[in-house]
Amino acid sequence: MVNPNVQGKKYPETDAYLVGREKIREFANAVFSVNPINLDVFAAQAAGYTDLVAPPTFAVVIQERSLHTVLADPEADIDFSRVVHGDQRFIANRAIVAGDELTSVLTVASVKSLGAHSMITFNTEIFDANKELVSTAISTLVVRGGE
Amino acid sequence: MDILSLEVGQEIGSRTFSFTRDSLVKYAGASGDFNPIHYRDDFAKSVGLDGVLAHGMLTMGAAAQVAVDWIGDSGRVIDYGVRFTKPVFVPADSAAEVIVTGKIGAIDLENKTVRIDLSAICLDVAVLGKAQAVVKF
Repeated sequence: MVNPNVQGKKYPETDAYLVGREKIREFANAVFSVNPINLDVFAAQAAGYTDLVAPPTFAVVIQERSLHTVLADPEADIDFSRVVHGDQRFIANRAIVAGDELTSVLTVASVKSLGAHSMITFNTEIFDANKELVSTAISTLVVRGGE
Repeated sequence: MDILSLEVGQEIGSRTFSFTRDSLVKYAGASGDFNPIHYRDDFAKSVGLDGVLAHGMLTMGAAAQVAVDWIGDSGRVIDYGVRFTKPVFVPADSAAEVIVTGKIGAIDLENKTVRIDLSAICLDVAVLGKAQAVVKF
């Protein structure tokens, strides 16, 4: 069971992540994107962006880094091998583009138990180098109960 | 494209994605999610799964492309959420096919946004629930 006392816990800001063009292309290819602004710098600039635009779910790369800090937290007591992704949402203030330096702050929004299972919801707020909010990622993990 | 020309219920497009083990390894590397349930049969079985399954986030990321292809600009997807309702099992030697279809779910003329409702079907089962992408006009 996930420790219910971690509800409301805020984890320290992650180190800055520099969004690279090749990472955006690699991610875009992995999610079957054919949108030119994810792949071609000229197309992105013609569309009004400063550089390559990351696909809508790219913020998961940043969320993943935050999640590692929680999964490594003995207080939270989450068995990663029993984790199933329940739901996911991204709310974008603006698109993530190549050259962004992103940090994130994760807060445990809720911990609920559902029979033998636990459901834990995280909010990851992603900020740029000017400390402006770029995106919020909201993720619920289901931790299946042990025997 | 003019927002006034759109109608709720209108289909905006459909794509069929073939997920192979290669797709899962590529997505693992791209996303940083190296949970071995997405590439090792022995590990998947040891934690009680029927086999290796696709990252839910791969299905979510691919499904978004139907909305992106329609709007033509991935940066105009401003809110996107899904529930993961069923796993997509990916055999070692063949592909799992996920058919994604998008329809207009709501039109907000005041805020100039359109909600796209996405369905994602694998082997006749819906693998995403309440998959909704809001795009900005």
